[in-house]
Amino acid sequence: MMSAEPIDTIVIGGGLHGLSAALHLARAGRRVVVLERSWVGRHASGASAAGVRTLNRHPAEIPISLEAMDMWSNIEAIVGDHCGFHANGQILVAEHPRHVPVLEQRLASTQAAGYRHEELIDRAELLRLVPAISPHCTAALVARQDGAADPHRTLQAFRRSAEAAGVVINEGFGVTAVERCGSDWRVSTGQRDFVAPTIVNAAGAWAGRIAAMIGDDIPLGHKASMMIVTERVAPLLKPVTSVVGRPLSFKQSDQGTLVIGGGLQGRADIDRQKSFVNFAELAKAARAATDLFPSVGTVRIVRTWTGMEAKTDDYLPIVGASPVASGVFHAFGFSGHGFQLVPVVGAILADLIVHGATTRSIERLSADRFLRRRAAE
Amino acid sequence: MSRRVDLLIVGAGPAGLSAAVMARRHGLDVLVVDEQPAPGGQIWRNIEAVSGTPRAAILGKAYGDGIDVVRRFRTSGARYEPGTRVWQVEPGPRAYMTRNGTASCIEAGCLLLATGAQERPAPFPGWTLPGVMTVGAAQIALKSSGQIPSGPVWIAGCGPLPLLYAAQLLKAGGRIAGFLDTTPPGRMTAALPKLSAAAFAVPFDLLKGMGWLAAVRRRVPYVPRVTEIEAIGGDAVERLRYVTADGRSATVAAHLLLVHEGLVPTIHPTLALDCLHVWNPDQDCFMPQLDGWGETSEPGVFVAGDGAGIGGAAAACLRGEIAALRIAARTGRLSDAGAAAVAEPIRTRLRRALAIRPFLDRLFRPRADLFVPVDRTIACRCEEVNVASIRAQAAAGRPGPNQVKAFTRAGMGPCQGRQCNYTVAHVLAATEGRTVPDVGLYRVRPPWKPVTLSELAALDTTDMA
Ligand SMILES: Cc1cc2nc3c(=O)[nH]c(=O)nc-3n(C[C@H](O)[C@H](O)[C@H](O)COP(=O)(O)OP(=O)(O)OC[C@H]3O[C@@H](n4cnc5c(N)ncnc54)[C@H](O)[C@@H]3O)c2cc1C
Repeated sequence: MMSAEPIDTIVIGGGLHGLSAALHLARAGRRVVVLERSWVGRHASGASAAGVRTLNRHPAEIPISLEAMDMWSNIEAIVGDHCGFHANGQILVAEHPRHVPVLEQRLASTQAAGYRHEELIDRAELLRLVPAISPHCTAALVARQDGAADPHRTLQAFRRSAEAAGVVINEGFGVTAVERCGSDWRVSTGQRDFVAPTIVNAAGAWAGRIAAMIGDDIPLGHKASMMIVTERVAPLLKPVTSVVGRPLSFKQSDQGTLVIGGGLQGRADIDRQKSFVNFAELAKAARAATDLFPSVGTVRIVRTWTGMEAKTDDYLPIVGASPVASGVFHAFGFSGHGFQLVPVVGAILADLIVHGATTRSIERLSADRFLRRRAAE
Repeated sequence: MSRRVDLLIVGAGPAGLSAAVMARRHGLDVLVVDEQPAPGGQIWRNIEAVSGTPRAAILGKAYGDGIDVVRRFRTSGARYEPGTRVWQVEPGPRAYMTRNGTASCIEAGCLLLATGAQERPAPFPGWTLPGVMTVGAAQIALKSSGQIPSGPVWIAGCGPLPLLYAAQLLKAGGRIAGFLDTTPPGRMTAALPKLSAAAFAVPFDLLKGMGWLAAVRRRVPYVPRVTEIEAIGGDAVERLRYVTADGRSATVAAHLLLVHEGLVPTIHPTLALDCLHVWNPDQDCFMPQLDGWGETSEPGVFVAGDGAGIGGAAAACLRGEIAALRIAARTGRLSDAGAAAVAEPIRTRLRRALAIRPFLDRLFRPRADLFVPVDRTIACRCEEVNVASIRAQAAAGRPGPNQVKAFTRAGMGPCQGRQCNYTVAHVLAATEGRTVPDVGLYRVRPPWKPVTLSELAALDTTDMA
């Protein structure tokens, strides 16, 4: 069976990137359908630590990340909800003096490139910003406008505004095939087929499979990042805190729970769409947390989880038109740090699809970089 | 911090103890861990201390019988580490646990989960008020410290346990303000056909239950066919309102209300391991899918006892032995044929022990209304989410439990959804016109028992220098 209403763009994947692309396209007047295999937010977007971070980003991502930051500061105007976003800063701590040069070099390179969003602070300022931190910590790099949001609230806000803009979201629609159909694309699901001239591939950990269906053979790895959440505790800290050389990202949610991540990897079963925690690994994050915040040792862990996502060789996402198939646009491979980029990547895809080009800086995010490297081998 | 054993048994109740004895008989290296300070599980809690004292007489024969099993276990050569909280099992199998504030990890050839049952969560308006507790919790206090409630108590519920506890409490000198029997009308008629099938197994269990019922009816105000209860009060329960099948309602003073609506298998461990589960329509619960030896869909992980489906202590012992035989065969201490031969007579006894179940399941099947409480009832007590908010989610689409959890926080608290998983599934099923097995339960996010950050941190042995 075919869809009756004409569609301009089919978005594959109902994570935040799919929703954001759909929202921006619908606001530009396009008729958009989102196809989501499970339900909106089932994977990385629902599992995310939701850190909104420009701090310590790869130089190639900085321009769009800074623009995304402006959008986050203004997120209520974009999606009608504050998304639980607080700009309490992100901090990268140097525990020992030997770690300080890492921060200094980083700062020197971003400043040389003309960026001013990062700042080096000494122990006194660090203790002022995060009084609970262990006094052995020496210095830190801080991005004061950064922060964190609530992933579920963000999902609901993007979903609602996309639907309000006319996007049709189909949950339980897994894409099984994508084929040419004249100058259009035919996208098949278990239920029915959809036809449209353009497609957005925002299928997260499975985006490589969608890419392969249209002829883009992009080498992708996977991440199954683990998270810990504890019982509620009295207010402890406001900024999101990470540390040089150790796997830790540490923050307190609005509910008072401590939310601890840091990119430690569990086990992913991509075919079964499930991932599992590995406690022997996760112990490293608990150790780093208790070393940096000695007062939290007796706090009880309530839950842990993992979320799956695609990872590229250079840890940069793939955003842009397919090099081989016209009408197909990719947004995946966020490699563990795509949450912050959500508002801007949707706008970029809308630029590309509606205007055929974007003024935003995405040259280094093209899928070409992997295809070309292959050809040279 | 990693050790290795042939067989790790979690739970020192009837199933775990019997499995340990059987596995030791075949020479396996066995470690039994349990949260409690002494062996016995729920039914034989504290039996070593109580056996031979007057309290044993109060608790009755089924309790006293446990001492033989515990003694056999004590001399079996199995290692035993009480006061141990297992909080996660990973494929391997590998188990994480905490004892005396120290976490450790054990690699096991096979793992037997003999973690028993939990009381069926049965929320009603006011159930989270202080002064409302479960019959099971009250019975734990009686067994472990001879504690009886100071004032008169109200008991409300269905199933053998409230009757047994009422009889024990009366013997112990406790006072009962009234007994609200929530067993729906007509259950006996529905159950009787199942009785003939059970024929020769019946008398003892049934007579026992009838005896408790008669004792209770003789000595305390007994209200049959109660369809609704509500606990009312400010900081604690002060009054209790109930309604009976004929529409009569009454409000009475109450300071302690004990409730119980049957048992369901403890499935958190197997859910966390992502084992397959099946719906048991006779007991209105999920249970792990097991083969004839008690092995789950995760290789090397077995379940015995009430965790495999509610069957009582005698069946638990036998299921434990059967699992141990298979595990012994796995390690090569016994041939497969040998294990099958030894298991044969045990299976016959198991069939006999379980013969009464269909009758009991029918007789004590909870009333249908129990599962979908009225809107103002708190479903998730950790996060204080009521039934109305869950229903509202269902009205907005056809969400499953995991989506409801993400959006309402129901199930995100420290109990890990043990108290609200069935309620959420039933409310969604009723609102969306689906069945409970179709809706399913929350995914369980480990740890299934709380563990502190420093306990987990101690498992990291990397050198930080
Ligand atoms: C634990 C964790 C912590 C993180 N922390 C941060 C952080 O602090 N800061 C930050 O910036 N980023 C963070 N990230 C990364 C960020 O969450 C992700 O980059 C972002 O959510 C990716 O969104 P997405 O829409 O691309 O992917 P997803 O949310 O995974 O969405 C992809 C969707 O595609 C669907 N799909 C797949 N195949 C098909 C198919 N064939 N048909 C239909 N649908 C399909 C999937 O079901 C899925 O819902 C974290 C990620 C994880 C897992």
